[in-house]
Amino acid sequence: MSSVHIRDVRKSFGNFEVLHGVTVPIEDGEFVVLVGPSGCGKSTLLRMLAGLENITSGTISIGDRVVNNVQPKERDIAMVFQNYALYPHMTVADNMGFSLKLRGADTDEINKRVKRASEILALTPLLDRFPRQLSGGQRQRVAMGRAIVRDPQVFLFDEPLSNLDAKLRVAMRAEIKELHQRLKTTTVYVTHDQIEAMTMADKIVVMHDGIVEQMGSPLDLYDKPDNQFVAGFIGSPAMNFLDGTLKANGQPYVELDNGARLPLTTAPTASDGRPVVYGVRPEHLEFASDGIEAEIIVVEPTGSETQIVARLGKQDIIAVFRDRHDVNPGDKVHLRPRAVSTHLFDKDNGRRL
Amino acid sequence: MSTVQTSMPVRTSAEEEVSSWSRLRTNRNFVALWFMMPAGAFLILFLAYPLGLGVWMSFTDARIGRSGAFIGLENYEWLWDDAIFWLSVFNTVLYTVVASAIKFAIGLYLALLLNRNMPFKAFIRSIVLIPFIVPTVLSAIAFWWIYDSQFSIISWSLTRLGLISHNIDFLGDPNSARASVIVANIWRGVPFVAITLLAGLQTVSPSLYEAATLDGATSWQRFRYITYPLLTPIIAVVMTFSVLFTFTDFQLIWALTRGGPVNATHLMATLSYQRGIISGRLGEGAAIATAMIPFLLVAIAISWFGMQRRKWQQGGNND
Repeated sequence: MSSVHIRDVRKSFGNFEVLHGVTVPIEDGEFVVLVGPSGCGKSTLLRMLAGLENITSGTISIGDRVVNNVQPKERDIAMVFQNYALYPHMTVADNMGFSLKLRGADTDEINKRVKRASEILALTPLLDRFPRQLSGGQRQRVAMGRAIVRDPQVFLFDEPLSNLDAKLRVAMRAEIKELHQRLKTTTVYVTHDQIEAMTMADKIVVMHDGIVEQMGSPLDLYDKPDNQFVAGFIGSPAMNFLDGTLKANGQPYVELDNGARLPLTTAPTASDGRPVVYGVRPEHLEFASDGIEAEIIVVEPTGSETQIVARLGKQDIIAVFRDRHDVNPGDKVHLRPRAVSTHLFDKDNGRRL
Repeated sequence: MSTVQTSMPVRTSAEEEVSSWSRLRTNRNFVALWFMMPAGAFLILFLAYPLGLGVWMSFTDARIGRSGAFIGLENYEWLWDDAIFWLSVFNTVLYTVVASAIKFAIGLYLALLLNRNMPFKAFIRSIVLIPFIVPTVLSAIAFWWIYDSQFSIISWSLTRLGLISHNIDFLGDPNSARASVIVANIWRGVPFVAITLLAGLQTVSPSLYEAATLDGATSWQRFRYITYPLLTPIIAVVMTFSVLFTFTDFQLIWALTRGGPVNATHLMATLSYQRGIISGRLGEGAAIATAMIPFLLVAIAISWFGMQRRKWQQGGNND
């Protein structure tokens, strides 16, 4: 186990810079999730950490050692690939023992460690099978087993669950988290799925266009997003954003174009008349007679909760209710944001106010 | 919009009971048989019939212009005692084994080279194919000049470099003639091996190499444990074809040496042609050609069983 420090790392492919100075400290034993939309540079960063891509500038250190020029195999890391990258011509046991075999470990040692890893992952009955004879979830576990047998300083996961179906993904998510709690190995996990990030991470690093937008614990990111991007990215369904003007004389509120007033608890000083983006999560809207009027467009019951898409002026907003309401498309309702749970962003740069 | 369709299809009793003909007509296998007919006829007419005729002829004393009578195994008995026939068998096996082995080595090396990222990749790949594209006779003529006893560019270059004092008689001496035709065959055959293996290499997922790199494999170990085992099915196929093509080679030898000097480069195919067509003894020529079949079957069997051994390819029935 080891800490990992990524300091001002940049990456260019030719003249095209994809990472613009990324700094991420990772504590020993921490489960860090790099999350962001496609093309944000998260996989590139992971591959640089693994040693599969060169580091254009900046430093990456594992433990006390700067690994910029260290060969991948010397870095003492193990990686789980999106497509598992299992060797198709080797049995499960051979797949898991391959790295030990290359290191010249003796057969007894290999068998012992493969056996231990296969017990952890419930792979023992499958050891003699070939990857083609396994289901997606089993292959995923073999890929993890291959990482475990090496007992590395750091585990790297590159979107390991994206090839699985939804149900299996939820199961494997819990399995990976449990595995981490058991082994306590420093883990860096890349995903584009914010639910995976929220559920698994000790620390989430939200990336976008080659920069770190924000990092922190899952609930920090949910409760206090630094900017409009993080606010929109974390949480499902996504936060509603409404353009308006801040009125800060007396009890502050945000006025929409159509004159509707949205409540606030506090407002930044000397900001009256400022154009802002008002953010409210779907789960923080409630029906109230003094709310703003909206017309229901779609009602989506999921059983545990009901999602409602409502039209407010020219904009659609989404509201989620845990209790059941008898509403139908076309109904006029009054929705009120809970003032304590609202967010205010600068209209120009998207920063939190 | 105003006209209404009034004529309904009239239902007759004949339509209600399905005739056995219409049942047969919609039978998948029956229809499939008809679809296969053209291909089947083509194969029978142009492959099976000539092969059968050839084998039949080898049991006759047919000559050009005379259909001949059945003489049993007499042609084969003659060949059994024919030193030139056995020389041609030796030549063919030598030619095939040496040329195929070297074609495989060079082809694999080229494929690995071409599989890397390099500038002008597509251009270089197409250049590699040139020897394969050039008509055999044309390249044979070029080699004929290269190997010419007086005007050989190789002899000329070596003389200029001061390495030899007199011209090498490439096609005049038995052993150097054998080596020369083998080199020409290799030159022609390498592109096929290289391009096919390259296609095989490109099916290997790059993430396997990345995984192996992280597992600590050196580039030799990546070849030994990843590339080579994953490439074996393609190798089996490409080498089967390569062996078949080489074993039955005719054009190159005929254009370069016509089997000479003193039959040193006679392959079974060229000897068969010489005896059967040039000398007109069709039966004997056919017997020589038929004698190639067991060798070819062995070559196919080896690769067939080689491919069957690989359990990992066959997938699971419990997926």
